[in-house]
Amino acid sequence: MLSKRIIPCLDVRNGRVVKGIRFVDIRDAGDPVEMASAYDHEGADELVFLDITASHERRETVVELARRCAEELFIPFTIGGGMRDESDIRKVLKAGADKIAINSAALENPAVINRCSKRFGAQCIVVAIDAKLNQKDPEKRWEAFVHGGRTATGRDAVEWAMEAVKRGAGEILLTSMDTDGTKRGYDIDLTRAVTEAVNVPVIASGGAGNLEHLVEVVRKANADAVLAASIFHYGAYSIRQAKEHMAAAGIPVRLT
Amino acid sequence: MNSIVIIDYGMGNLRSVEKALEKAGGKVKVSHDLDDVRSAEAIVLPGVGAFGDAMERLTRRGLDAAIKEAVAAGKPFLGICLGLALLFDESDEHGVHAGLGLLPGRVELLPTRLKVPHIGWNRISAQKDSRLFKGVPNGSYFYFVHSYAVVPRLDTDVLCRTEYGCEFVSGIERGNMAAVQFHPEKSSALGLRMLKNFVSFS
Repeated sequence: MLSKRIIPCLDVRNGRVVKGIRFVDIRDAGDPVEMASAYDHEGADELVFLDITASHERRETVVELARRCAEELFIPFTIGGGMRDESDIRKVLKAGADKIAINSAALENPAVINRCSKRFGAQCIVVAIDAKLNQKDPEKRWEAFVHGGRTATGRDAVEWAMEAVKRGAGEILLTSMDTDGTKRGYDIDLTRAVTEAVNVPVIASGGAGNLEHLVEVVRKANADAVLAASIFHYGAYSIRQAKEHMAAAGIPVRLT
Repeated sequence: MNSIVIIDYGMGNLRSVEKALEKAGGKVKVSHDLDDVRSAEAIVLPGVGAFGDAMERLTRRGLDAAIKEAVAAGKPFLGICLGLALLFDESDEHGVHAGLGLLPGRVELLPTRLKVPHIGWNRISAQKDSRLFKGVPNGSYFYFVHSYAVVPRLDTDVLCRTEYGCEFVSGIERGNMAAVQFHPEKSSALGLRMLKNFVSFS
């Protein structure tokens, strides 16, 4: 049986990890590759790197990041940030990333999903969606946002997820802007709405504050993977503890 | 002299396979040169992508014959993902395509009701003792990305199986020839352990 995945997420700016971390045995807590290797050794199933370098320099930094990670990581990794078109994506995949994540570029030009999925395979195209509940909507739907959550698109997030998959997205990385940073748990309703709407894996993101939250989003919303940053970076929990907790709740996880 | 040659035939990024084999202690060269393949002490055939394309690219360069020679000469051979499928007689992927025919059997779409491609970490259940799995506990998780699976005609060729809404063959072994559906180069410590085993008898 396929295991549920635990995916630490690292924000990288100018080649350095932005958030601090707990690992005591690494020399340089700001080095994304060293930090990622530590997560690999601890049992992370996959890693996501989001390059948040200022956009005009990001085309280069994101390729360099992929190249460096590919040298030393022996688990799959996804890179997101700043890729606009097929040529940007090709460079990052060629540099060794297993998957790329696109958000704004996909919403602004959805055909990029079709082209890249056909060219590189659906398995390496992750469409990232930042969604926020529209309080004014009588039906209480979620709206997709771009540009790091700054720009509303008017698109229904669940419908957009369905379209992205139809166009060839192999996976959806779903971040709830309502729960992100709250540490009060993932957005169960949003995640469930998307897992029920699409037939590709959905990575739940935003809001993990304790280990029970990981269990909850898998159980109640059928998430295929859970992404978290701060609960691992700041040392509240280790990957191992997270997996043991999920295993104890009857969720299949890779324990080695 | 290159102890291990990773065959580069234009099917996917081979960098991670190369880095992982190096990490496992191997002396490695990525090449599509026939002389390199002929002088290799061991062969790794990786690859992702379409079966028909892959066979055409191998044949165009004469690599199909070189692989068969190496296997016949008893050199250690490891296939990964598409490198497993290619060993068989034929595949159903986008029309029927002939494979290398080193093992009797076919390649078919995963007969599962679950999501295809099968992507993620799944367990293997070893069907026989193998030097490849020394130090790898039975039931270990490895990383998979595939839509098709091999159906060997002979049970004796089956190295391991995996459950994904159906039971499929996730590895084969016959003499010096072994191949796995999963990606050891993406399977963390146990994947590296498996590659280290391969390096040790290469």
